[in-house]
Amino acid sequence: MSEMLRPDLALIARTVRQGARVLDVGCGDGALMAAMRDAKQVDARGLEIDGSNVAAAVGRGLSVVQGDADTDLTYYPDASFDYAILSQTLQTTRRPDKVVEELLRIGGQAFVSFPNFAHWRGRLSLMWGGRMPVTRLLPDTWYDTLNIHHVTVDDFRALVKERGWTIDGQWFLKGDRETTHANANLFAEHAVFLLRK
Amino acid sequence: MASVPISEDSRFGLRRQARLAGPLRLSSGAQLGPVDIAYETYGAMNADKSNVILICHALTGDQYVASDHPVTGKPGWWWRLVGEGKPVDPARHFIICSNVIGSCMGSSGPASIDPATGDPHAMRFPVLTIADMVRAQALLLDHLGVDRLSAVIGGSMGGMQALTWPTLFPDRVERCVVIASTARHSAQNIAFHEVGRQAIMADPNWRGGDYYADGQVPSAGLAVARMAAHITYLSEAGLTEKFGRRLQGRPENPNGAKTFGFDADFQVESYLRHQGLSFVDRFDANSYLYITRAMDYYDIAEDHGGSLAKAFTATSARFCLVSFDTDWLYPTAESRIIVHALNASGAQASFVELSSPFGHDAFLLECPELNRVVDGFLRGGRA
Repeated sequence: MSEMLRPDLALIARTVRQGARVLDVGCGDGALMAAMRDAKQVDARGLEIDGSNVAAAVGRGLSVVQGDADTDLTYYPDASFDYAILSQTLQTTRRPDKVVEELLRIGGQAFVSFPNFAHWRGRLSLMWGGRMPVTRLLPDTWYDTLNIHHVTVDDFRALVKERGWTIDGQWFLKGDRETTHANANLFAEHAVFLLRK
Repeated sequence: MASVPISEDSRFGLRRQARLAGPLRLSSGAQLGPVDIAYETYGAMNADKSNVILICHALTGDQYVASDHPVTGKPGWWWRLVGEGKPVDPARHFIICSNVIGSCMGSSGPASIDPATGDPHAMRFPVLTIADMVRAQALLLDHLGVDRLSAVIGGSMGGMQALTWPTLFPDRVERCVVIASTARHSAQNIAFHEVGRQAIMADPNWRGGDYYADGQVPSAGLAVARMAAHITYLSEAGLTEKFGRRLQGRPENPNGAKTFGFDADFQVESYLRHQGLSFVDRFDANSYLYITRAMDYYDIAEDHGGSLAKAFTATSARFCLVSFDTDWLYPTAESRIIVHALNASGAQASFVELSSPFGHDAFLLECPELNRVVDGFLRGGRA
């Protein structure tokens, strides 16, 4: 049942506690949920906007609801999960700040992972090419990308500070490998934060 | 105890009927007893009785979910989902499908004989609810020696029964599959049903429901009821694609022509008339009144102090809900209401809206994604 998980998902799967209750928001076809269920006996529930992804996830025996992170989190009770996970979805929501607030209301802790738009390749593309970056991590052009709120590591840290959230963990990825915290805003392609209210 | 071969026990197999003493206490306060239930079973119960699946049928459905219909000769109404190699498979599951009480395919209903009088109950039969249908199914399970359902599955009114099961018997259901259904009948749902009932009762042959003696049944009224209802089962796009404004071909004019009269000029008219006429051969008008009434009374939240979430707090069942994007009878929004309530109650719930051009009827038609979802859900264990 083991399949290659995306690096940020693998990191989350490694970090969650055994037997935890987890809500995976934007769970895709349920790869992370299945991995956590099989390796950590996690009680995982998912929310996913794309119907064929939901069908695939339910088809592998997972509990996944078709819905929208922007509108449907309100139906989950307070503190009903140990973790709420939002992986690679923050930048596609209409109100990322409100979505994270909801995650922290529903879950004791929240994992938030997102592509870092301040990675040096993106900066170069803008500075020298004058074009919105199209990179390995951000493969879509400006007109067909689902990413509507471009966020950097430093932007996210500022939001965390402004809202008074606590950072319980932070990881930065370059390719498949973890990278240093130093200058993460410049060198990390991908960030994973573990937050608490 | 080894698996019980179906032939060794007269309770199991095709075309079964059980007379259960009851009495069944109904939602109205009335008592019903004895309770006749016509049903079929497929496959065999395993040693620990952990493979039992109950299939619930829709308004005009019956117990012949996976075997040929005795009147129409058509294959079982859900053969796409139930059968060899299907998500519900007699090779793995012990499958039960029973005719709802109030219906006319062998279970107690207005057309069945009241043992007290020797005559059909007709309109003296007590008014039923969806919950009453479920309670009768529970009596049948007792009779069959089934304590717990691995799954209860239904579409449309069958979905209403499936969803009601864990609210009435929270410990007897492990999985609940609710397809193209709702947690309550809306004003629009009730309105369409009322059109059908009025059509039946306006038929001079109806005579207060006492039409059984001379065989002069209110077939015109029942046919109109079926025609009106049938429109709600289809999507506008589906009707347009199938019929458009095409005219009905005739021997003298294969492409059809307007008659400047009131024959079925349009193909869609001809189709609906056929649907109405063929329906009266297999369905009892009074049953149609009783079952539509049961659906109209259906509102799970109302039975739980107005809170749908409260209905599901006692159960540990897992739920799977499926809606279809072109279903305007029980649209996706109705399924979402159920999902939100399940989330609020902490139940394990899955929900997906599938795409189909066929409207409400989609749940009975070819839909590989539906099979994939149901199969995965039934195979999935507890987290």
